[in-house]
Amino acid sequence: MRPPEAIGHYDLEAPQGMEPTPPPEVPRSPRAIAWTRRRLSAKRIWATYRKNRLGMIGLIVLIFFIAVAVFAPLIASKDGLDPTCTCTGLPLQPPSLQFPFGTDNFGRSVFTLTVWGSRPSLIVGLFATLISVAIGAVIGIVAGYFGGKSETVLMRLTDWFLVIPFLPLAIVLASILGPSLFVIIVVIGVTSWPSTARIVRAQSLSVKTRPYVERARALGAGHWHLTSRHILPNVAPLIFANTVLLIAIAILSETTLAFLGLGDPLTTSWGTTLQAAFSSGAASAGQWWWLLPPGLAIVFVVLAFTLCGFALDEILNPKLRER
Amino acid sequence: MRGYLIGKIAQAFLTLLFVLVFNFFLFRVMPGDPAAILLRGSAAFNPETLEAVRQDLGLDQPLPEQFVTYMGDALTFNFGDSFFESGRPVGEVISAAVWPTILLVGTATLASAAIGLLIGIYGGWRRGSKFDVGSLSFTLFVYAMPEFWFGILVLMAFSGGVGPFPALFPTGGYETAASDLTGIDHFADVLNHMVLPFFVLTVAYLGEYALIMRNSLIDVVGDDFIQTARAKGVREKQILWRHAVPNALLPTITLVFLSIGFIFSGAITIEYVFSWPGLGWLTVQAIEHKDYPLLQALFLVFSVAVIVANLIADILYSYLDPRVRAA
Repeated sequence: MRPPEAIGHYDLEAPQGMEPTPPPEVPRSPRAIAWTRRRLSAKRIWATYRKNRLGMIGLIVLIFFIAVAVFAPLIASKDGLDPTCTCTGLPLQPPSLQFPFGTDNFGRSVFTLTVWGSRPSLIVGLFATLISVAIGAVIGIVAGYFGGKSETVLMRLTDWFLVIPFLPLAIVLASILGPSLFVIIVVIGVTSWPSTARIVRAQSLSVKTRPYVERARALGAGHWHLTSRHILPNVAPLIFANTVLLIAIAILSETTLAFLGLGDPLTTSWGTTLQAAFSSGAASAGQWWWLLPPGLAIVFVVLAFTLCGFALDEILNPKLRER
Repeated sequence: MRGYLIGKIAQAFLTLLFVLVFNFFLFRVMPGDPAAILLRGSAAFNPETLEAVRQDLGLDQPLPEQFVTYMGDALTFNFGDSFFESGRPVGEVISAAVWPTILLVGTATLASAAIGLLIGIYGGWRRGSKFDVGSLSFTLFVYAMPEFWFGILVLMAFSGGVGPFPALFPTGGYETAASDLTGIDHFADVLNHMVLPFFVLTVAYLGEYALIMRNSLIDVVGDDFIQTARAKGVREKQILWRHAVPNALLPTITLVFLSIGFIFSGAITIEYVFSWPGLGWLTVQAIEHKDYPLLQALFLVFSVAVIVANLIADILYSYLDPRVRAA
């Protein structure tokens, strides 16, 4: 029989103002108990999160931009991205009724460019962060859980990667591998994991000394069971808060790389739009309508992710909670 | 203390070695012929140059021997010739760009550190005040802004002249082209070109310093000795400047020194926006011209700068805070 791992730190106290869930009537599998516990804890986190005003503002802005990205075809026709489309207007027109954000040098509506630009920017931010968090979490858990030589080696590696300046490394990698959306995702992913690795390691170190881990080990649990069923679930909240903050950084990185001409030339992201505007002299010609919308979109999205990340960090980070 | 120093220096050397090895493999383990990668897309791509580069890098030799050659080249800063600067040695091209970067980014770092620390001190001391909330929101906003976008907007407003903004400053560059200004006039000309990028960089950097200083001061203000000073009847101004600030400065000073390492790589996009002919601008040129020898060397310069700055920060910190040495 498996050890009923969940009961060890089952939080019986329901948060204030919430109905306590009735105890299950039929005996259930340990996994079902674990899921009930997780659902409860998610509910509790949401209840705390809802009280965080800045966090809620961030979440609303975020939902807005995700909706724009998902429903882009309904908001602005994709044909508007094609310079040869008949739907384009005269080049470099200031905002008008027909083109609310004006037009670029091909006569394309900047509004269309900004709406469609949300897709690659959010995709890069999300997937680059997934790669980075996966690497960081594995290295952090292995280092923290096993300790000894593997810890020394892995943490030395992490320190080295922390020292290498991020942007130059990303530039070198992106220019060797050639410009594409996939390369940008990989490059940002493999260069931004060290901070995650350090946070995860510190938390794993503290989790692995807890009594329930020791008890599971005494009952014969192997390394895989201990790391995947005990360490990871307890490190996960911290990883999650960190992830949300990392997405903001990844989006900024994508923008910067695209601006330096390392973006995918075939996709329209906010970064490539800014690059096109700047390199065709929009700044000195005073074509503000071409520069403002994509830039403001970046600012709002990054700000939203940052606010959500701070709010989650406040709730989930044990260090901040103690204050 | 001595053991600590030796340990730190050894660590720095190890890191340097790692960066060198990493740089070596970066250009050799990637799929394809490194010589072809080095030359890809450049005007110099033809069979003869390919063969020349191959011989120059010693690519016809086995990997261990290549590594020895590479290390020798790296330590003497011999990275071959740059493609885009019509064959000038990479070392020469880089050393010409170091001074503008130090001038611009160095002064901007100092200015933003000074202003940022002051903002952090006042915000942290009056925690929750209008000033504190205002400076925090400002920091958050600047953090979310791509630096180069802010730079472009400033460039558009004050050198292009949009709407109510007068075109006050030159559109970029280091000095007025083809002018034979010397002495004071030349100096003034360079300063005039520097105003906008300096302003943008200072604003972009100061939030970080303000935030660190604020949090550090808040930590210190909660300490017992501040309470004691208050109980003794020390005036508030004295408590702030004589008791709290010196203690709160400790972690901040480390940050300032760490950021000095990033001086070299920190302003890549801003130098590009304002055509400021420093290392960052050079990096963008290297990207545009697929100038890999130059890019490789720049990457090494940026990394070494950070390593050295880390070492200095570590040593300085142990000197300022004896507790670190004991640990």
